Amino acid sequence: MKILDHNELFQRPEYLEQFENKRQFEGMAPPEKVREISEWTKTEEYKELNFARKNIKINPVKACQPLGALLCSGGFQDTLPFVQGAQGCAAYFRSHLARHFKEPSVAVSSSMTEDAAVFGGMNNMLEGLENAYALYTPKMMAVFTTCMAEVIGDDLNAYIRSAKGKGTIPEDLPVPFAHTPSFVGSHITGYDNMMKGILSTVTQGKKGEPNGKLNIIPGFDTYTGNYRELKRLLDIMGVEHTTLGDISETYDSPTTGEYTIYPGGTPLADAADSVNGVGTIALQRFSTAKTMQFIKTEWVHKTETVTPIGIKNTDAFFEAVVKITGKPIPKDIEDERGRAVDVMVDSHPYVHGKRFAMTGDPDQLLGLISIIMELGGYPAHIVCTNGDKKFKAQAEELLSQSPFGAQGQIYTNKDLWHMRSLMFTEPVDMLIGNSYAKFLWRDVGTPLVRIGFPLFDRHHLHRVPIIGYQGAINIVTSIVNTVLDELDRETMHTASFDVIR
Amino acid sequence: MRQIAIYGKGGIGKSTTTQNTVVALAEAGYKCMIVGCDPKADATRLILHAKAQTTVMDLARERGTVEDLEIDEVLLEGYKGIRCAESGGPEPGVGCAGRGVITAINFLEENGAYADDQDYVFYDVLGDVVCGGFAMPIREGKAKEIYIVTSGEMMAMYAANNISRGVLKYAQSGGVRLGGLICNSRKTDKEYELISELARRLNTQMIHFVPRDNEVQRAELRRMTVIEYSPDHAQANEYRTLARKMAENTNMTIPTPLTMDELEALLMEFGIMESEEEVAVV
Repeated sequence: MKILDHNELFQRPEYLEQFENKRQFEGMAPPEKVREISEWTKTEEYKELNFARKNIKINPVKACQPLGALLCSGGFQDTLPFVQGAQGCAAYFRSHLARHFKEPSVAVSSSMTEDAAVFGGMNNMLEGLENAYALYTPKMMAVFTTCMAEVIGDDLNAYIRSAKGKGTIPEDLPVPFAHTPSFVGSHITGYDNMMKGILSTVTQGKKGEPNGKLNIIPGFDTYTGNYRELKRLLDIMGVEHTTLGDISETYDSPTTGEYTIYPGGTPLADAADSVNGVGTIALQRFSTAKTMQFIKTEWVHKTETVTPIGIKNTDAFFEAVVKITGKPIPKDIEDERGRAVDVMVDSHPYVHGKRFAMTGDPDQLLGLISIIMELGGYPAHIVCTNGDKKFKAQAEELLSQSPFGAQGQIYTNKDLWHMRSLMFTEPVDMLIGNSYAKFLWRDVGTPLVRIGFPLFDRHHLHRVPIIGYQGAINIVTSIVNTVLDELDRETMHTASFDVIR
Repeated sequence: MRQIAIYGKGGIGKSTTTQNTVVALAEAGYKCMIVGCDPKADATRLILHAKAQTTVMDLARERGTVEDLEIDEVLLEGYKGIRCAESGGPEPGVGCAGRGVITAINFLEENGAYADDQDYVFYDVLGDVVCGGFAMPIREGKAKEIYIVTSGEMMAMYAANNISRGVLKYAQSGGVRLGGLICNSRKTDKEYELISELARRLNTQMIHFVPRDNEVQRAELRRMTVIEYSPDHAQANEYRTLARKMAENTNMTIPTPLTMDELEALLMEFGIMESEEEVAVV
């Protein structure tokens, strides 16, 4: 039997006929009317109505807190993420991450149902911890919540103590926890809460002799390539370091024929010893705010926050490393910088003066705004669903530092449907966003460069770093080649025979 | 910094007692704060001389998200420099007030409402510990001392016993302790003895017996505490005494709640309730 792909299947006459019948049965408006309304949605008038919209979000660019907590806990060795809440929620986080990474995503849930909503989730948690510990023998269980547990006010700390008190799980098993209500903040908030929970648990009572190592907290970063790139750069510099929440193996492990439930992550001993490091650098600000505040006040060592996307930001990253470790920057890295600058010079004629629309997480957007301005492009519409006032202020400050920032408008708490209006009424040349931005590409026709999370519809992009000088080269490559693809498409039926671009 | 949660049956006088006690503490030179955990938002009315108009949840409703709030908008200073915040919450019959309490307390905590120089934080919590949300003030790291306001009326005692059960749960898993019962007198028969005995059975103490006095009512009508309205009145001294006793209290215990039968037996012992046989004879 030949199995048809849905693309072909639904084009067969029997399906086309069915669609037509359905249209008639449901009394759908005639095609002209649909076209008319569709055209109207592209107008300034509609944009105003769209921006006045209050009670609905259409394709927001964010996921929920527990998803961030799951990514974070997967970054620690032999750690089982434990979802206190409904099974369906856990399935969503897992499938979302699995579709992005094309790797399995491990988590268990306490499977709360109606009775747990009434009586509280304590029994689910006690049984869940006991079962999960017996079945999957983790060295650490990271507990976080879904909406249900949060609305009824489950007290994780009390439940975990109770489990240990009853001997359900060993007293010395680290069980960090984070309250991660989905209806507050976004995946970056959840990441932050979980990271703080894990670090405060594993480092408790571990303050001792300084170990001379640098800690790195990547933040909600779904590029496994970034983790490897960071390691490469710090190895070149000879900086001993610990990446806290290292998902590079967890979500990009080699196929050997053997399945391992915990393929990677920061070794727990290293995580525990991080309190004795020389300093900590966070590579994102908005997904590590509470964690960094905790480190600053509790660990009392040097802290820096810098996102190494683009030349200037990568320079700032190395300055931060030098400041904390005192190590010099080797020539190899200076050469890499030189090559990245060279790449930008080579490509800038095609990017210079182009207008960009972009969406994504706050820290990533700040990095992208920076590199686009370095290339001589104009960031125009910047939509950040999960950005707050602080992000807006910081992004505006960044835009004001360059003449290329003059056209930039920051829209926080807005979604992709707002972006659609912006792109129709004030067109741009390029769009940067995740896989869901594909629908803007379809509607508006603006070429899309896929950067962000999730990336479901193109393979392996998350394996290619976007941080550091090499990351800058990769970003420029994707942007300029998207421009050139478009140029070739536009000139396909003209006299142009330009094979050199 | 001592964090104290006040629980008790609805209408028993929690807010009045809390505010008068806090004013007495402030008068004695302590820096105090009250966090009202009740959608009615009347836990700070006597300190602010007006019902708080800007509760955390009111503003969150207006702005659409709690993230856009500033701490100064919801943390107000009232009589004697007492800092006041109200969680607020939904209209009766809709939404989830318990979640409102969780949201509000998280907001206050994250935005540094609990200043280091604070001596006392009082949580005035609605009625009973009806759900997880209303237990928020006694979770780990927050209030470690609980006082229950009660009276000699059966339902008030029933509520006090019920609250003790909630406290017991959190006492076992955390460091929460019961500091005592505050008897807010309703002039019922043998009230002093009855509440002293209930306290004993609950493994705690009746920390103070606050007599009933209409001066409280007169002060309340003027949106003031008795201490502010008539500082020399005997009732003002009662609250000062309560405040002093609470400040000096070291008798923190894990409660031993009674069963319903035991509670009824206690009432019968004091002749408040007739036994079934007596009822049958009638």
